[in-house]
This record gives sequence, structure tokens and C-alpha cells, in this order.
Amino acid sequence: MADEALFQFLHSEIIQYVNSAETGESENGRCVSKLENMGFRVGQGLIERFTKDTPRFKDELDVMKFICKDFWTSVFKKQIDNLRTNHQGIYVLQDNKFRLLTQLSAGKQYLEHAPKFLAFTCGLVRGALSNLGVKSIVTAEVSVMPACKFQVMIQKM
Amino acid sequence: MAVCIAVIAKENYPLYIRSVPTQGELKFHYTVHTSLDVVEEKISGVGKALADQRELYLGLLYPTEDYKVYGYVTNSKVKFVIVVDSSNTSLRDNEIRSMFRKLHNSFTDVMCNPFYNPGDTIQSKAFDSIVSTMMVQAC
Repeated sequence: MADEALFQFLHSEIIQYVNSAETGESENGRCVSKLENMGFRVGQGLIERFTKDTPRFKDELDVMKFICKDFWTSVFKKQIDNLRTNHQGIYVLQDNKFRLLTQLSAGKQYLEHAPKFLAFTCGLVRGALSNLGVKSIVTAEVSVMPACKFQVMIQKM
Repeated sequence: MAVCIAVIAKENYPLYIRSVPTQGELKFHYTVHTSLDVVEEKISGVGKALADQRELYLGLLYPTEDYKVYGYVTNSKVKFVIVVDSSNTSLRDNEIRSMFRKLHNSFTDVMCNPFYNPGDTIQSKAFDSIVSTMMVQAC
């Protein structure tokens, strides 16, 4: 489908642009947080659109399942492969073939560049959860591409 | 035709409130504020049937002697409140539902506007015009 490629190309260009704007930075910390903030705002708007017609959510687990199934399907055309929780506010979303990483490599090459490509999605999830009333911190880790794990830590108010 | 329309944020402060100017605005602000309690009660819904809980439209919140107040909550906990004149008995439930639908669609557009920061008051002219079509026309 053509529209999937559009977003992937745009996403790569955004990362290139933000990276080049940060000249002289030895670490790419600021680049990652800029991308995350962009994702946050987009996530908020997206959730408003997607949940317009869905019935209200029962609890936190319901919200996470929505993110893993409907939200992920709408954005990445597939569902999250595995959702784990310790029932104490930590959820791990595992995607074995993350769409934005499939073009990078199929193993350990370019591993050090992977965080930049996951930052926008982390912000996306954080923004989506925040608009649904769940305050959280989202981080991502990747050991072998294109599989990656998103860890969501719920902040109790 | 509504007499007052309000949009209230998740943290219970008004994002947008507009009423027919001929009557005291303060009274409407007060009515909307008190209706928030009723909305909270309906959302928490202890002991209610599961079917009620899943709906976004809350229905008639409470009637006063002059007005009827209707509520609607989105999944992002933003509340819409519509106040209509009690004497206007021709308004059916379906019409109120469709008013809320239009409001929700219009609000979603506002949210997706990159110039709007969530949490600010709504200043979009498009939203204003949708609301105007639903308000009683002041002559």
C-alpha cells in the first residue's frame, strides 16, 4: 500500500532534519527528546480521532489493549505481537517486525542509530496514553532489528 | 436549539463556553459548573449496568425549572455540556445526540490543528461557526 511508504519516508526525513539541526552535539539526547515531543503532540491528536466512536474504556488494561490492537493497526498496519505486564503499572509491548526499522537492517548493523528511529513512536504512545488519562513514561529498547520492545511505566498521580 | 454550549477539559476548567447574550452569562457559568458534579457521578457509575458505562452520550443530566442540561464525555475525558430551554419541548433525544456528534467532530478537528495546544481555550473560528448554528439565534 502506497500510504505506508509515505509515512516511513517522511519519518526518516524528519530524523535526518532534526539530526542535522543539532550540529556539534556529541550525544544525540536533544535530538531524541525533540522527536519524542513531536510524537507526543501527534499522539494526542490521533487518539482524539480514533476514539471518537469507540465506547468508553473500562480500565487501564483496556486502554493498553486498545493501543496494542486498534491504535497500532491504524498507524503501522499490524498489531503488537506481545503485551506483558507485571500488574503494577509496567507494560512491555513487543513488536517483532517494527515497520520503521525493517528498512534499516535485519540484525545488529546500525544498532546505535536505532534509538532515533524509535523516539517518535515512544512519544506517540505517550501522547496517546496521556490523552486517555494515563500518565506514563515510554522507553524503547532494541537488541536485534527489526524486533523492538516498548516499555510503558504508568505514573500514579 | 441550545441556549448555552460549554466544552470542559479533563481537569475541569472550561475550554470554551458560549451562551445567548441576552440572559445573564454568570447564571450559565454556574449551571455548567454544577452539572460537572452530575457528570462525575455518571462516569464513575458505581453499580450501574455495564451497557450505560460504555456510552459516550450521558443524556439528561438534570432539569431545572427553566432549563434542561445534557452531557457527553469523550474518551479523552473532555466534557460537552448543552443547556436548552425547558419550554422548547420539541427537541428530541436524537437531535441532542446529533448536536453532540457535530460538537465532537468539530472538537476533533480543533485537536488536530497544529496551532492548537491541548489545554488552551478554543479560539478556532470554524468551531465558533459550528456552535453558532446550534445556538438559539439572538435577535
